[in-house]
Amino acid sequence: MTTATPTIHSAGPRVGSRSFLSQLRDGDEIARLVTFLFAASVVLVTVLLVLELWTNSALPRTKFGLHFFVTQVWDPIMNEYGALPFIYGTVMTSAIALLLAVPLGIGAAIFLAELAPARISDALQFFIDLLAAVPSVIYGLLGFFIIVPLMRTVIYPALNKPLGFMPMFKGPSYGVGFLTAGIVLAIMVIPYIISVSREVLLSVPRDQREAALALGSTRWESTWKIVVPFAKTGIMGSIFLALARALGETMAVTMVIGNTPKISASIFAPGYSIAAVIANEFTEATGDLYLQSLIELGLVLFLLTFILNGLARLLIIVTTQKGSGIAV
Amino acid sequence: MSARLHWRKFLSNFMLTLTGVCALISVSVLFLILGYLLFNGGTSINWAFFTQLPKPVGEVGGGMANAIVGSAKLLLAASLLGVPIGFLGGIYLAEFSGSSVASVVRYAADLLNGVPSIVTGVFAYGLFKHFSTLAGAFALGIMMIPITLRSTEEFLKSVPRNLREGAMALGASKSRTIATVIVPAAYRGILTAILLALARVAGETAPLLFTAFGNRFWSPGWNQPTASLPVMIYTYALSPYEDWHRQAWSAGLVLLGLILIINIVARTILSRGIVVPRS
Repeated sequence: MTTATPTIHSAGPRVGSRSFLSQLRDGDEIARLVTFLFAASVVLVTVLLVLELWTNSALPRTKFGLHFFVTQVWDPIMNEYGALPFIYGTVMTSAIALLLAVPLGIGAAIFLAELAPARISDALQFFIDLLAAVPSVIYGLLGFFIIVPLMRTVIYPALNKPLGFMPMFKGPSYGVGFLTAGIVLAIMVIPYIISVSREVLLSVPRDQREAALALGSTRWESTWKIVVPFAKTGIMGSIFLALARALGETMAVTMVIGNTPKISASIFAPGYSIAAVIANEFTEATGDLYLQSLIELGLVLFLLTFILNGLARLLIIVTTQKGSGIAV
Repeated sequence: MSARLHWRKFLSNFMLTLTGVCALISVSVLFLILGYLLFNGGTSINWAFFTQLPKPVGEVGGGMANAIVGSAKLLLAASLLGVPIGFLGGIYLAEFSGSSVASVVRYAADLLNGVPSIVTGVFAYGLFKHFSTLAGAFALGIMMIPITLRSTEEFLKSVPRNLREGAMALGASKSRTIATVIVPAAYRGILTAILLALARVAGETAPLLFTAFGNRFWSPGWNQPTASLPVMIYTYALSPYEDWHRQAWSAGLVLLGLILIINIVARTILSRGIVVPRS
């Protein structure tokens, strides 16, 4: 780890490097050691986290195996646990969220990066940053008191009447459900998509735009056919980042999804998500198998976000490097 | 002009306007949230909210004094854990480490940053095995580490080289250079990052649900459950009582106000001219 400095006790002042003793006296080695311990503790905490999730979910892993992921039953009384309804709910709500957030977010990012004057763009970005700082329980509060009633009175009738023949839009609405959770999630992840996409778009070299305009393309054509494709991978990265946030989001979803472990085709139906079931049932879980099944759900969530975050970072780095030629 | 050109120009203007509309919608959400909270919270907030304990279930009135103090205690203890690890670890990354150790630490921090907050709560509960203020603070503290660590590293690295060389040329040792020249040169950025990390965990609810848990009274000690503002908002919002809804709005207003003020102060005053890295 630490490269040992030559220890020459008898040597006087040396040219080039100082002796170990004098470094010790100056506190360099001590400072190095202390800061190293703190840095190492970050690794330690991370390893501990993974280890704990792994060992504390041993029971359901041996009992259910891979069956855990395809079983629909979640029955604490019969002590049978399957993760499928929660995985379905998490995927469904995140998919709805991305469907709504991606066009809006990328549109806004294009405006901020390509059209708006720098000062307006910065001001709007400031508000977007503030929006990203709003805690999820506040989104949940507003979702619960605004979007849930809105769903019952406006959105549901508007979609159910003309489209009700499709299984997706069939059935009654209780206000809470997949679509409500998806809408709240969309509002929550838009700031992430805008911030990252804007940065990526801004890193596209100017000559790309000028070349397109010089060839006679309109402003929109240069943006959509040249700039956006150039930044494509980075924008994908921002979407993955948003997806990772949406998958792991707990409070807002718990408050509006309806908390029913059922798989329904209808987006109006109440459902459940991985994070929501952990939040609701962890304190009440009696029996090791119940508790450990919840912890295994946590492990699944961790792995999902881990993979997505890694991909996102990779894509963003690749694009911004392509544009600027400097490492970030 | 040909019809085709007309069409292209029309399309260009139309789509560009549309992107403007997208931006407008996205930003207006912030003002919608603020307005709604100001309206609902502002009309129901009162002095008792800050000074009284929650009334027994069913009785109207009371406040969230214990939750406000609880949140403050949680944030204090979380900072005591997260800031030293993040700050000193960041110094190690920027000043002392070889590249292989640094990349391991950086990778761990990025991993930690991506962990869903509910999973952090599960982890903290697994370590402490019971509900306590300390467990909640531990969960929040480890959520503060990644942001503090990475931004300390970034800001220390961006200190101009000639400052270092100047200090070294005067005969200062490395640790002295760091303590008296490099950190002071970078402190505004680092402080901004710490404040933003604090603001982020201040609103976290999920990791507190089964660590700090909740409490309708004053928390008797660090090793006992405590109430906190975010958890109070959650339980009060989902309750069937009109009066609790009213208090949830008040708490939401107080919490959001606090977080936005920290954000605005950190981003405008403290970090003028500094680009804050995104977490």
